[in-house]
Amino acid sequence: MNLREKAQIMDTAGMKRALTRIAHEIIERNKGVENVALVGIRRRGGPLAERLAKKIEEIEGIKVPVGILDITLYRDDLTTLAAYPQVHRTEVNFDVNEKVIVLVDDVLYTGRTVRAAMDALIDLGRPQCIQLAVLIDRGHRELPIKADFVGKNTPTSKLEIVTVMVEEYDGKDGVIIQEVVDE
Amino acid sequence: MGFEKRKDLLGIKDLSREEIEQILDTAVPMKDILKRDIKKVPTLRGKAMVTVFYENSTRTRTSFEIAGKYLSADTVNLSVSTSSVQKGESLKDTIRTLEVMGFDLMVIRHSVSGTPHYVARNTGIRVINAGDGANEHPTQALLDMFSIREKKKTLEDLKVAIVGDILHSRVARSNIYGLTKFGCEVRVVGPATLIPPEVEKLGVKSYYSLDKALKGVDVINVLRIQRERQQKGLFPSLDEYSELYMLRPEHLKKAKEDVLVLHPGPMNRGVEISSEVADGSQSVIEEQVTNGVAVRMAILYLMMGGTKDEIIN
Amino acid sequence: MRLLIKGGRVIDPANKVDKVLDILVENDKIVETGQNIYAEDCINIDAENKLVCPGFIDIHVHLREPGFEYKEDIYSGTRAAAAGGFTTICCMPNTEPVADNKSVISFIKEQARDKGVVNVLPIGAITKRQQGQELVEIAELFKVGCVALSDDGRPVVRADIMRYALEYAKMFSLPVLSHCEEPALSQDGQMNEGFYSTYYGLKGIPAAAEEIMVARDIILAKLTGAHVHICHVSARGSLELIRRAKEEGIKITCEVTPHHLTLTDEIVGSYDADTKVNPPLRSKEDVEVLINALSEGIIDCIASDHAPHHKEAKDCEYSAAAFGISGLETSVAVTMSLVHQGKIGLSDWVALNTIGPAQVLGLDKGTLNKGRAADITIIDPEMVKKVDPTKFYSKGKNTPFKGMEFKGWPWMTIRGGRIVFEDGKIKA
Repeated sequence: MNLREKAQIMDTAGMKRALTRIAHEIIERNKGVENVALVGIRRRGGPLAERLAKKIEEIEGIKVPVGILDITLYRDDLTTLAAYPQVHRTEVNFDVNEKVIVLVDDVLYTGRTVRAAMDALIDLGRPQCIQLAVLIDRGHRELPIKADFVGKNTPTSKLEIVTVMVEEYDGKDGVIIQEVVDE
Repeated sequence: MGFEKRKDLLGIKDLSREEIEQILDTAVPMKDILKRDIKKVPTLRGKAMVTVFYENSTRTRTSFEIAGKYLSADTVNLSVSTSSVQKGESLKDTIRTLEVMGFDLMVIRHSVSGTPHYVARNTGIRVINAGDGANEHPTQALLDMFSIREKKKTLEDLKVAIVGDILHSRVARSNIYGLTKFGCEVRVVGPATLIPPEVEKLGVKSYYSLDKALKGVDVINVLRIQRERQQKGLFPSLDEYSELYMLRPEHLKKAKEDVLVLHPGPMNRGVEISSEVADGSQSVIEEQVTNGVAVRMAILYLMMGGTKDEIIN
Repeated sequence: MRLLIKGGRVIDPANKVDKVLDILVENDKIVETGQNIYAEDCINIDAENKLVCPGFIDIHVHLREPGFEYKEDIYSGTRAAAAGGFTTICCMPNTEPVADNKSVISFIKEQARDKGVVNVLPIGAITKRQQGQELVEIAELFKVGCVALSDDGRPVVRADIMRYALEYAKMFSLPVLSHCEEPALSQDGQMNEGFYSTYYGLKGIPAAAEEIMVARDIILAKLTGAHVHICHVSARGSLELIRRAKEEGIKITCEVTPHHLTLTDEIVGSYDADTKVNPPLRSKEDVEVLINALSEGIIDCIASDHAPHHKEAKDCEYSAAAFGISGLETSVAVTMSLVHQGKIGLSDWVALNTIGPAQVLGLDKGTLNKGRAADITIIDPEMVKKVDPTKFYSKGKNTPFKGMEFKGWPWMTIRGGRIVFEDGKIKA
């Protein structure tokens, strides 16, 4: 499969601004962050959750707990995937019971990942509520799921691929849209 | 080739080092699940597995069963001693019956070496060897390797002594095949009557003296000695066996300071291992049991989790 | 009826003949051998580029009848023999009832006459019901036509009984064919003891289990002056004992099977019970020594130890499976591979299948002499074919050679002047 970059929809600064705004919204919505914890969905939700926690600490002076969720074992498409997903560890080293959990992911698309993440989270305990923060909402939902905090709404075609890059894994920050081109 | 592409897990002999690492890596998150309050993930919902044991074993069978259940597979035990075999049904007919019942995977233990291979040839169901005669016990070796790697942080270039009845031991063989793939120096030690012919060609060193074999080792794996071996005349008495080969605290001094002691269970305390060692600080025997569940979850996930299209027979 | 076999390469080792000749057969006898024979009113057989040999003899065959007709019977077994190029076979007595008395031997002979397509020479048991305790009525068995005695399938464990059997058999010049196995050492064994039994985790049968009995029987042969023939030699240690006994002038002969000459214990790793045979397939080193011994005259003949089994006896767990290989229909092709590989001379190979076995049992067979019974085996040395047990005439499809390709197959089998097998088909 060949991919061609179509457009950049967020650069480093844009990503930073979006995350700052989301941090503010999380604080505002929950009237402070005393009972809030962030849980990033592997992989790129992880670093995004870390960055949000840092921003929140800058603003509120409170360190919120951060965890990482591996949702492989909860996927509903295991039997149809050709490539086998490697299972990684879930690292949520705090009690999720009665917490406000903000799930963090890079792109919200069909909603299936979020569904799996909610199931995985509930198996760890019973949060007071679960909220959802995403950097990009590209539409095309297949489940009744809606994000509470969105960095940017980006209408896309199903043939396009939205790629979020983070410094930690990709060496740089940014969001691009790619499309598949025939060989 | 990834391990998930295999139809069957029949022995460590057939696995590459990469496949072993893949299984052990997958077992790490599985072990986390065992520590949770809710020890269940929906991964294998709608999949069915059956354990078929032609030899008694509570541990291995329970371990497979609970591993399946934690992954939400439906697990059934066929207790062979009480069912068809008594009526003279052939193994092949038993397999066919299970196949048409729609099982996705079969875990088989049999006293005859090679029977899982025979079963695998005769069915489309995926087969896991849970121990065949004196041939292999791959999941035991994998859980042993997992336990070693967890404590030693690596499997590479360790010195491992396997003590006891090597001749009849599938655990010994599977461990030898696995550990030598990681460059380990494997030593086998036991009475001459229980050391198999030409064992050195498997890439191991063989010893009769426990003290010599334990010198400088990182790991000691103690095997269970079966009483009937004495009855067959392979050694004079259990007392003499214990005198020569029971692992006692003073033996551990010959080994490395941080030596690990493993035993596949169930133990004959006071025969092949002293209680001081079995319950001592170097023993990981209990943790092996937990690791066994994690490793079997990893194997079940890799064998039943994904698409079947790419399975290579 | 007359047959004229024209232009074949005639190999008759007993007469040191190896050249292109014609052979004229009249009724059941060979009447003329020579160049450019002209004869009218006869069936012409164009044997150009074929090997024309004395009828092949297999002195170690299990025909299973009476008692185990679901494994094989005389009808199917003799057809398998003809298809395998054999004109004479000797059948072992481990039937049910055991061939330890006149009536069973007579029954076998009658069945062979009525239903068989090759010569069947019965071998009688050494001890009653092959129990190793009491001698059979040897004189009576000799009178009804047994050509040898054997408890094959099991050893005669008691040395005193073996001694008496040898002494008694000597009175009738009957060779005693010994299945050499010390059961205390072979007990529960599934394969050769060695590296591969360790590697595959199966209980081994040490070569010593065979060698000990070979040594004992050599000593008893020396003691009694009787003729002992060692069946299916598989271990190099046994061969060494036999070599020394022969040098000493003891009356010892021996046979090897096609599978022990060509397969090693490595192939047991498939856990396919078709590889399970007694004595077991041995190591590479053993096979090499066996092959060398073929041309050194230590081995007297090739014998298939044809041991057909029904499907269920092999389609099961390895240790539950029966021992044995269905060998009549592959023996020629399998051992001819050694000729093609240059490991044994063509004439030696023919001798091991003709005059060799005839001399072991003192049979008036195994040559193409004028006036002899017209038992002739014609081989196509260039024919290439894969072993396909489903096409066997034998009821036993149990062969580890299945799917393997061999060059050199029986093309025609003539028994007593009649063509019984031609170009892949039985003519009877």
